[in-house]
Amino acid sequence: MSERKTRILIAKPGLDGHDRGAKIVARALRDAGFEVIYTGLHQTPEQIVETAIQEDVDAIGLSCLSGAHMTLFPKVTRLLKERGIDDILVTGGGIVPEEDIPALKEAGIDKVFGPGTPLQDIIDYHNDKCGTGK
Amino acid sequence: MDLAERVLSGDKRGVARLISLIESEDEDAYVQLGKLHSHTGNAHIIGITGPPGSGKSTIVDKLAKAFRGMDKTVGIIAVDPTSPFTGGAILGDRIRMTDLTLDPGIFIRSMGTRGHLGGLSRAASGAVRVMDAYGMDIIILETVGAGQSEVEIVSHAHTTIIVEMPGLGDEIQTIKAGIMEIGDIFIINKSDREGADKTSMEIQAMLGLNPNKPEWVPPIIQTIARKGKGVDAVIEKIEDHYQYLKDSGMYEKMIEQGIREELDVQIKSQLGRIIKNIINEEKLEDLVKDIVDKNIDPHTAARLLLKDIEDKLSE
Repeated sequence: MSERKTRILIAKPGLDGHDRGAKIVARALRDAGFEVIYTGLHQTPEQIVETAIQEDVDAIGLSCLSGAHMTLFPKVTRLLKERGIDDILVTGGGIVPEEDIPALKEAGIDKVFGPGTPLQDIIDYHNDKCGTGK
Repeated sequence: MDLAERVLSGDKRGVARLISLIESEDEDAYVQLGKLHSHTGNAHIIGITGPPGSGKSTIVDKLAKAFRGMDKTVGIIAVDPTSPFTGGAILGDRIRMTDLTLDPGIFIRSMGTRGHLGGLSRAASGAVRVMDAYGMDIIILETVGAGQSEVEIVSHAHTTIIVEMPGLGDEIQTIKAGIMEIGDIFIINKSDREGADKTSMEIQAMLGLNPNKPEWVPPIIQTIARKGKGVDAVIEKIEDHYQYLKDSGMYEKMIEQGIREELDVQIKSQLGRIIKNIINEEKLEDLVKDIVDKNIDPHTAARLLLKDIEDKLSE
């Protein structure tokens, strides 16, 4: 019998067109044994939440480099709450100023991975919070 | 409410959860699937296969939109490969289908192959049944980028579509055994590229070599999926093929054959589990050493182990 495999949605909300970071993180998580659902650019928070539901993911990683994280990230967590979902881990990454982090945490973003975060930290965090990818 | 009841009541999260349970090969998944069995058998299952990058996901996107325009609900199962080294996977078929995400009449699920060969995942047939019971009129099953021998799709789909593109090989490729034998409909996608007519003709010639004169002659359709060109013709042929299956009695035969295969799979998998439980681990380890030392060969060793089990079973 195979175990439940941890599934992570890597999503890029909003209009920002820079997805290299998201792809690097997706690839690293893949190599750590996770199943990564990658939806590409320009997703609305509604699309992200709907995808997370259909794909039954354990975690959502939001990537935003446009500066709109204070609007987009909390919208995702709010929509999740509205749909009665409280068991999906939501993290964020990208260019997020230090001073924004407390407000994001308050809004339900579990962790923010800023520029220069070692990939292993992201892998360890998900292994720790959602169980191993393998 | 258990998961089967949630699926039948139209609860999306229930559908998603049950598919995860099937993927984990959880014992309860089989119980829930059992409860859904009598609610299945209503969907038209369409298989899409073909080489990587030929445009399968884009075609699925366009077909789904066309079916929605006909007021049909659509379930999509898209399979991508799992790494044989790490067990991880990037499931990226949804990138081509983002417009479909918020349509309440559509349910998309991505799956990793998780070590299963044949182009699908072991859980794919279970996921099809869940979506069928959930009430999807059409279920599209997209394989991994397939080469020559990933032909398992044919035993899961009523209508199998092969997506080819120009320039992938000469006519010898078309008469090789395997994937080219299973198409009910052939699509030459990216047909604005050079060589589309040549590819069409080669497939046409290959089909003409069939010594049995089949009642259904697979049509060949040129498409440019990104622009939606040719999609209506594909829909028309899909419907023709379904009608043909029903009229010719092939549909019933297919269902029966599918059930036989499924039963066979179930027997083998349950037998495997039983054997694992009663096999003598110590003896197995000893035999491994003996095989390493060349005192015995693997075939004879397996017979020896199974002899024990046979004796146990007859007790």
